[in-house]
Amino acid sequence: MITFFIRHFDRTAIGFVTTLLLIAVVVPLLNLAVPESSAFHIPTYLVSLWGKYLAYALLALALDLVWGYCGILSLGHGAFFALGGYAMGMYLMRQIGARGVYADPVLPDFMVFLNWKELPITWYFFDHIGYTLLMIVLVPSVIAFVFGWFAFRSRVTGVYLSIITQSLTYALLLAFFRNDMGFGGNNGLTDFKYIIGFPVQAASTRATLFALTALFLALGFLLARAMVVSRFGQILASIRDAESRTRFLGYRVEHYKVLVFVVSAAMAGIAGALYVPQVGIINPSEFSPSNSIEAVIWVAVGGRGTLVGAAIGAVLVNFAKTWLTGSFPELWLYGLGALFILVTLFLPKGIVGSLAVVVQRMKGGSAA
Amino acid sequence: MLRRLFVIFGLVVLLAGGAVRASYADDATLTLKRLATDNYADIELGIAAVAASGLPSAEAVLNALADSRLSYRSADKALFFKDASGSWIDAATNTMPAEQPSGLKPVKVNNRVRRALEAALGSMTLMAADPQKRIAAAEAVFKSRDVNTLAALESVIAKEQDAVVKRHFEEARAAVLLLKVDAPESDRVAAAERLGERGDQDSLALLGAVSEANASANTVVAAKLAAKGISRRLALLSTVQNAWYGLSLGSVLLLAAIGLAITFGVMGIINMAHGEMVMLGAYTTFVVQEIIRTKAPGLFDWSLPIAIPLAFCVSALVGLLIERTIIRYLYGRPLETLLATWGVSLMLQQAVRSAFGANNREVGAPSYMSGVWDLNGFQITYGRLWIILFGLAVFVALLGVIKGTSLGLKMRAVIQNRRMAAAMGIRTPLVDALTFALGSGVAGIAGVALSQIDNVSPNLGQSYIIDSFLVVVFGGVGNLWGTLLGALSLGLANKFLEPIAGAVLGKIILLAVIILFIQRRPRGLFALKGRAVEQ
Amino acid sequence: MKRLISTMATTALVAGSLVASIAAKAEDTIKIGILHSLSGTMAISETTLKDTMLYLIDEQNKKGGVLGKKLEAVVVDPASNWPLFAEKARELITKDKVVATFGCWTSVSRKSVLPVFEELNSILFYPVQYEGEESSKNIFYTGAAPNQQAIPAVDYLMENEKVQRWVLAGTDYVYPRTTNKILEAYLKAKGVKAEDIMINYTPFGHSDWQTIVADIKKFGSTGKKTAVVSTINGDANVPFYKELGNQGIKATDIPVVAFSVGEEELAGLDTKPLVGHLAAWNYFESVDTPENKEFIAKWQAYTKNPKRTTNDPMEAHVIGFNMWVKAVEKAGSTDPSKVIDAMIGVAVPNLTGGLSTMMPNHHITKPVLIGEIKADGQFNTVWQTPGTVVANEWSPYLEGSKDLIADWRAPLSCGNFNVKTGKCGGKS
Repeated sequence: MITFFIRHFDRTAIGFVTTLLLIAVVVPLLNLAVPESSAFHIPTYLVSLWGKYLAYALLALALDLVWGYCGILSLGHGAFFALGGYAMGMYLMRQIGARGVYADPVLPDFMVFLNWKELPITWYFFDHIGYTLLMIVLVPSVIAFVFGWFAFRSRVTGVYLSIITQSLTYALLLAFFRNDMGFGGNNGLTDFKYIIGFPVQAASTRATLFALTALFLALGFLLARAMVVSRFGQILASIRDAESRTRFLGYRVEHYKVLVFVVSAAMAGIAGALYVPQVGIINPSEFSPSNSIEAVIWVAVGGRGTLVGAAIGAVLVNFAKTWLTGSFPELWLYGLGALFILVTLFLPKGIVGSLAVVVQRMKGGSAA
Repeated sequence: MLRRLFVIFGLVVLLAGGAVRASYADDATLTLKRLATDNYADIELGIAAVAASGLPSAEAVLNALADSRLSYRSADKALFFKDASGSWIDAATNTMPAEQPSGLKPVKVNNRVRRALEAALGSMTLMAADPQKRIAAAEAVFKSRDVNTLAALESVIAKEQDAVVKRHFEEARAAVLLLKVDAPESDRVAAAERLGERGDQDSLALLGAVSEANASANTVVAAKLAAKGISRRLALLSTVQNAWYGLSLGSVLLLAAIGLAITFGVMGIINMAHGEMVMLGAYTTFVVQEIIRTKAPGLFDWSLPIAIPLAFCVSALVGLLIERTIIRYLYGRPLETLLATWGVSLMLQQAVRSAFGANNREVGAPSYMSGVWDLNGFQITYGRLWIILFGLAVFVALLGVIKGTSLGLKMRAVIQNRRMAAAMGIRTPLVDALTFALGSGVAGIAGVALSQIDNVSPNLGQSYIIDSFLVVVFGGVGNLWGTLLGALSLGLANKFLEPIAGAVLGKIILLAVIILFIQRRPRGLFALKGRAVEQ
Repeated sequence: MKRLISTMATTALVAGSLVASIAAKAEDTIKIGILHSLSGTMAISETTLKDTMLYLIDEQNKKGGVLGKKLEAVVVDPASNWPLFAEKARELITKDKVVATFGCWTSVSRKSVLPVFEELNSILFYPVQYEGEESSKNIFYTGAAPNQQAIPAVDYLMENEKVQRWVLAGTDYVYPRTTNKILEAYLKAKGVKAEDIMINYTPFGHSDWQTIVADIKKFGSTGKKTAVVSTINGDANVPFYKELGNQGIKATDIPVVAFSVGEEELAGLDTKPLVGHLAAWNYFESVDTPENKEFIAKWQAYTKNPKRTTNDPMEAHVIGFNMWVKAVEKAGSTDPSKVIDAMIGVAVPNLTGGLSTMMPNHHITKPVLIGEIKADGQFNTVWQTPGTVVANEWSPYLEGSKDLIADWRAPLSCGNFNVKTGKCGGKS
């Protein structure tokens, strides 16, 4: 096992994982242990902000796994992200308990003022963290499995697949908007207080959540990397490049596709679960197709089929968004729009992919 | 508290007015002065008094009030109204005063006043020369069911020559008689039958009000029978009506998607900026109307015909620009067109927001697009009718361009086999550019139509983009007939699901059905056959 | 080389924190945060409020600012994205060090930032009518609660239009749901039967109203006077009203009273077919008072647009901003905790000729106006409350909230005090 990793990990991968682990330790330290007056102190809001970016990075990683390595362009990965987020959100709502404004020990506030008398079945057991953790992985996986099973077996590919994944997330968006569904409607779930007994807003909890996100991103990366460098990954790539030919060679293409789709959905779900306590709200707009498209764009900006690039793309685009919406509120959409156009035109392999080409060329040049 | 006082005051005025009406019926100015107030209840009573006064100017005064052209002089409460030329006419004498009055205050109207006006004008215009006015008057009486108009109704029915107008008069009389407790039984039974023939929702409501408490057994039976007939008719009608709604929603989807059927369906570009092309068309309409409003208000009804070619040009030019600067570098990489056009869409939205502001813009409806055409209860709104016809016309025209012109021929050749087409001497880059411009231009035309039913805002395009893609994919990429059939069937399905499941759930069900449908037929309703589509 | 690329994230992270700490140094102005969406779906409504705040701050600076210091507006764009609202709120308070924020439109955006304002103890002024059922120490609600808008409107229709049948139509989210729950309970308490109430919810941005308008028409033709109470949200209103006009439903037959349609929304519509339909607000642009005339003249001069409309949420910001200025002067400091205490009891003139006061429940007193739409896109006020109305932040018509009150004065200092149990909910 260890030799497998050593053999298949180039310096980029090792560097990426090391950086993540380093961040997971250093950032919380700089936040908690360094006094606020020091120039090296990292304010809590930046910790949460970067925690959010890392959660997005995990989503981008999940998307790159299916798109970059298996050619499945999902325009609905935001749905799996949001489902994981909702599972976590429901746990956090149950944790509020009698501390809500109506002081109802069981029902969340929004149910009280809509005059609901009892908890819907969908909310049962969400007061247990174990059950919640299970659901975070299970719900997106099951939906991905059912959806993937039907879609891949009927050989829905390319643009058709993209459009129906978009319909999937759009249908879920409409469903979660409905107040009758019992997930808080448009307001979603918010005003969280405690997570496993720790106050959500405390700096130490935020730092821990940040560290956890970085850790899960590293784990997700290792898993994805292990998948793509193995034999399994080679078959994925052959499906991406010539699906019919792979099928004729005797591989059950749909099995591979379903498996990678489910793994990716589970990763997206975990990303969503890590995202929710750090931003403090989950709401149906996370299901909106434009969010999923944006996630695709992160991957494209960073570099499709590079894993590291996807993560870096997510962080970069979101950092740009934070910066631009604050500094150029009237103009930022021009900047973001131009970024997407320029990257597709001039860096078709994304930032990381293009850099790799440059590096390759430099090496080649020195050899010649 | 104050309000209650007014009500009491109004009642006093009413009683006083009733008691002494005769004594100052001839005193025109006194009657008219009752309209010279800010109190709606008083104005309402004043209207009835003016209508009953028999003044030569009564109808003109009430019409002026209905159009907010009536004012009064605060000093002496004398009434004046504006005539067509904009000069003030003294209401008491119905002549133009020697000098134009000053210090006027408009008489305000609210819904109660408007209703009183409708009823009063209705009974006054039963004998108007214009048959349309007589019908409107009959309908006003039908609504008000004012027993006092019965005598007038009888006399006009006897004199009326026009069969259609006569029918309306009789229906009005039936409405009055049906619930008149002291009317003879035979009249009331006949009234029930007459209303049963009329057969609309209003008649059903009137018939439903008949009961043992206010009518004889025979009348009740007749009313029940007539009501049953109407209910059956209405149930059938609602199915037809639903089909119409579905058709009209389908035509909106068709318009929204048809440009995409070219850029995405035929060219294979995942054009996320398609919605913004539609939006540009809608804004072009706005600009055209704005110019017409300020420069040539008389041409307003022509604003849409003028806007259509302009919208086509604006969107086509923008499309051409996008194709030449961005998309031409991305042929063969369809998924990357998604990213670039998404960026374009963000920039276009923001550009429109900077240029026109974030608010909705007002696009008015020309006179021929407002109103309802009532076909025996089956209601066709003119606006929707035009949109359906327009959608079909655009479809046919586009089909004509593709099948019947040399550009269309070249387009099809390039799509089917780019290299072979190039070898035959077709300038493929030019054809690509023109095809994209055509698709964008058609989207712009759709924007003209959509501006009539939806917000004209920077978000207009976003609200149609998902549906448009669904329509094209459902119909089958690369096939215009598929888009037509896809749009119409989705529209119909949506409208038949809506009454059963509600608007939201209906849409969710529809999405689920589409997802399942794509599993069965992975290439949509009309799949292109041949080797070319495999990759 | 490769390691350099992969450690980019760390570098950016450290750089980000450095930028943040440098930005916090400049301190010669008082900073006010403006948190309104300038892009995305809500930009339609919120952009004007951003301009209003810039205008108000500009006016105040002409008068010499506050406490001898100039005010400085910090504008950010939360882009109609609810998590981004929370992020931007945190950024405004922590990084830009704003002393008060004016912002939000939708309930969900307010719910999203509420924990942030409470955690960092800052002030938010929320200018939009909303569903009530909330009172936070750090939020001042300058829009209407349901009893300052919805209930008087229903009363008006019952008394003046003799309405007996009611259609409660709304967009499916919390404000319409709660308002309709309250109205349903209120109507039933007034003796309206269940079969005379029709409730309908539609999704956001619903654009095909043919079926629903036809249903309303059918519901309204039973002989009993019918009215529609509309809590349909911004975007969906234009196609809704266009369809009403198309199907020939006139205000004299079935009047529609709306709570989310103001001058701004009507500016995007041809209002001629809509004459007579109603809206209930606490302010209309057409209100004939010297204060309002002056405000409109100055606002149009500031925006250099003689046609620019004004509306109710703008007035709410005017009131809220003036209250904040007064409270700051009273407290002698811009420190949020001092200002929060000084706010209660502050009274400033509103634009309709009265005084609005900040009550201990952090809501303000407002007059209620009912207006009919005129052909020129303005409202004709047909009825108004004699004085101002105090907000019921917790509705007495809802089961869960009828025993709750909010009072932020010491010693109670509680947003949801249960008078039955004598306990302050949420504190444990």
